[in-house]
Amino acid sequence: MIPEIGHFALIVALCIACVQALVPLLGAQRGDPTWMALARPAAQGQFVFVAIAFACLAGSFVSNDFSVLNVASNSNSMLPLRYRFAATWGSHEGSLLLWVLMLNLWMTAVSVFSRRLPSEMVARILAVMAMISIGFLLFLLFTSNPFERLLPAAADGRDLNPLLQDPGMVIHPPMLYMGYVGFSVAFAFAIAALIGGRLDATWARWSRPWTTMAWAFLTVGIALGSGWAYYVLGWGGWWFWDPVENASFMPWLVGTALIHSLAVTEKRGGFKLWTVLLAISTFSLSLLGTFLVRSGVLTSVHAFASDPKRGIFILAFLALVIGASLLLFAWRAPKVGLGGLFGFVSREVALLVNNVLLVAAAALVLLGTLFPLIHEVLGYGKLSVGLPWFEITFPIVMVPAVLLMGIGPMLRWKEDKLGAAMLRLKWAMGAALAGSALVPVAMGQWSVLVAMGILLAVWVAATCVVNLADRVAQLRASTGVSAGGALRQLPRGYWGMLAAHLGVAVFIVGVTLVRGYEVEKDVRMNAGDTVTAGGYQFRLEGLNPVRGPNYDATRAVISVTRNQRPVTTLYPEKRLFTVQQMPMTEAAIDSGVTRDLYVSLGERLRDGAWIVRVYYKPFVDWIWGGAFLMALGGIIAVTDRRYRVTRRYERSVAADAANTVAQGAG
Amino acid sequence: MRWIFAAIVCLMPILGLTKEATPAAEDPILEQRLVHLAKELRCLVCQNESLADSRADLAGDLRQQIREQMKAGRSDEQIKAWLTQRYGDFVLYRTPIKATTVALWFGPFVLLLAGLAALLLYLRRRRTLVSRAGLSAQDQSRARALLREPEQDRSPPGAAAGG
Amino acid sequence: MKSLRFLLPLLLFVVLLMFLWVGLSLDPREVPSPLVGKPAPSFQLARLDDPAKTLAEKDLRGQVWLLNVWASWCVSCMEEHPVLVELSRQGLVPLYGLNYKDERAAAQAWLARNGDPYTLSMADPDGRVGIDYGVYGVPETYVIDKTGVIRYKQIGPVTPKVLSERILPLVRQLQAS
Repeated sequence: MIPEIGHFALIVALCIACVQALVPLLGAQRGDPTWMALARPAAQGQFVFVAIAFACLAGSFVSNDFSVLNVASNSNSMLPLRYRFAATWGSHEGSLLLWVLMLNLWMTAVSVFSRRLPSEMVARILAVMAMISIGFLLFLLFTSNPFERLLPAAADGRDLNPLLQDPGMVIHPPMLYMGYVGFSVAFAFAIAALIGGRLDATWARWSRPWTTMAWAFLTVGIALGSGWAYYVLGWGGWWFWDPVENASFMPWLVGTALIHSLAVTEKRGGFKLWTVLLAISTFSLSLLGTFLVRSGVLTSVHAFASDPKRGIFILAFLALVIGASLLLFAWRAPKVGLGGLFGFVSREVALLVNNVLLVAAAALVLLGTLFPLIHEVLGYGKLSVGLPWFEITFPIVMVPAVLLMGIGPMLRWKEDKLGAAMLRLKWAMGAALAGSALVPVAMGQWSVLVAMGILLAVWVAATCVVNLADRVAQLRASTGVSAGGALRQLPRGYWGMLAAHLGVAVFIVGVTLVRGYEVEKDVRMNAGDTVTAGGYQFRLEGLNPVRGPNYDATRAVISVTRNQRPVTTLYPEKRLFTVQQMPMTEAAIDSGVTRDLYVSLGERLRDGAWIVRVYYKPFVDWIWGGAFLMALGGIIAVTDRRYRVTRRYERSVAADAANTVAQGAG
Repeated sequence: MRWIFAAIVCLMPILGLTKEATPAAEDPILEQRLVHLAKELRCLVCQNESLADSRADLAGDLRQQIREQMKAGRSDEQIKAWLTQRYGDFVLYRTPIKATTVALWFGPFVLLLAGLAALLLYLRRRRTLVSRAGLSAQDQSRARALLREPEQDRSPPGAAAGG
Repeated sequence: MKSLRFLLPLLLFVVLLMFLWVGLSLDPREVPSPLVGKPAPSFQLARLDDPAKTLAEKDLRGQVWLLNVWASWCVSCMEEHPVLVELSRQGLVPLYGLNYKDERAAAQAWLARNGDPYTLSMADPDGRVGIDYGVYGVPETYVIDKTGVIRYKQIGPVTPKVLSERILPLVRQLQAS
């Protein structure tokens, strides 16, 4: 019964979406307030039904309803509760439903938090989002129905892939989709602006917090995915340039360009067309990513089982949505006017160069991901493009972008002199050079690559400090306020920028130091053997059999000491999941601010010894720490006063009007 | 008491009570060379894994073959040629630089330079466009009229938008 | 014209779309063999039925023959096995088996259970000959001509369709020359 309710709810949601896509849009064209007003309740209604559908699927999983095909294929009665819930999105169909749920969440948020937007704008935005929703709902209902029944019902399920039985599975996909799908809001804003012909600084100001929020979620989602791969895969890698990873990274790169471009459009009214094109491109890349993961066009550890029918559907949808947007862009673009004037050396130009670099980086990732396909289609045969190519080419494009991060914020809007800006930065350059010389030596060995990485990281951090000092000094000079007062006056948008840029610096430190100084030892161990890595001694005390809820395991006890002082005890496991008969290694990690100690079990040898892999990874957690700091910066920026002031102002205006009416009546 | 414990621990290796674990590989130096090469080769049966990282059977077999060839004194180039003879260029994880892959290896930088060049041209053109736009005749007369007015009814400059 | 410039993103997208469209009909996991058109790598392996005797590649010159890579642990081999049994009954072309990374007893038992379509099978327990032939999965089948040159490689099970449309016409053509 429940799956049928869920199925029906999806159909109802589709009908509402059709109305929501058509009526408010026509209403906006005709200026009909009633038709436009339909948008908000329609969006909220659609959300209710999608939520019901999602709840039905989740409920089927949690209650072990193996008469539902999806549940029988991806779950099992011995699976712990939280993973039964997470298995809702562990399959192609379920994750699509999650996609639609996230889209509806954002849509509802837009319908609620958009009081100060003109009604044509809201109507168009929600109509565009409804069109996207229609596409995905059709996809679900016609090719990927999560509520398909399995009759007769299975006695038990095939279990969730053991690699996914992990807290990471509970949080990474929802966060990732919140970001991925969240860019649909920026997309809808852009399309609405193009349709309405109103493209100005105000549009940018409305669009900005939504875009930044989506960007922050995507940053967190990608970081979580990377951290999860790090501890679950057993050999300490954290980024593999796998097509599915790239599919989420490309929207992130272009999304970063977009939030910078929006800053210019909001403050100076410039780059309007470019910002709109970026907004369209970011979401297009999200859709392209969805296609790549589900169509079977590329191989990936993440890819869902592919079906040509699904691939064709998504491709057609892609063609329709992106093609129509770009056509609209080409049609409307010539009518949009120019923004303000700015000189060759100015913050505007710095941001434009930043955009070119980030878009080039995204193009690089796209090229690398699709090149094997292009090469084969052109008849040149099959070849591989992977990590070895990306890790050479990607940094080359990003280094200038990182260097620019220090210079850009120092330049004034409209007109500045490069010499003056560089002079203000001489302390930062000095600190960067000092860092690049000293840090590698302090870590044990100087190397060019490490020095370069540290140079970049310290450059970014030091320029942030210089910039802050500069701003405080300016405020004090112009308003006579104290240093503390100046700090309090600085807007949250500025603090957000500092935090995000510092996050980049922290990230670079993590990547550089772990690459440069990690130690790996691959050894044969019997009980009582020790191995040393990074100054820590690892001793295998013994091995015990362990019974898990749906697996059997061998657990090793590894005591870790340093300079004869005990540090910790680690318990890596080798698990065999009973249903799928799949072995899995569960690494044991001792995380610290300055290093991770990482131990995983390999195979058991014939003489009873075990292969044990021991890693010393210095500063590896700075990789994800940096990413979370970036996301935090985004969230801080979104809470900036200027996005809230208008509400207070509107309320006071409304109160004023009410008073006037009361006075008039009285 | 702690120093007695420390003394025992220090003496344990000598007493033969702990043993330094032997490396999993028989020849660690050869193994390092193997891993270095295998990182640039692809596991054929996996989805996007290098030959070094893969746990698949075929990957293990290929690594064993490479180990033997390295012991026999063959160079990395010879081993790569041996593999591509059997599996084609697909087995090379580090994409070879050939006529058909020039676009891959140099494409991004060409794109970047092209983008920067386009930006430069655009900025140059924009400057002339904006300066040429100027004000219409109507706006010019309005501006003149405004400038002639006495300095009154001027609201104080609003609070500048932050950051 | 100025406004044509704005059509550029759309044009780029259409090009991308075309590549993706073609890509849908390709299989990213398939690794085509560079050995097609080249001489079959030589081997000398113990026979599955009589380990004392060996079979070498040069013994098979002068005829068109099929080399089928199989194993008793291979699930997909069960799919194609009836097709191969039928083919051997028709006697159109000799079929030789390469028992890949398998155990003799298990392999023989499997053939006894499911039928033996092979003129002869040879044992490749460590998979070395397989690697020489560029084998990366099981089952795979090669068509080799009279001079010992590989003419075609089938990746995956031999289906009746593949047999009638690709393999048998090629075999007839090679036998006639």
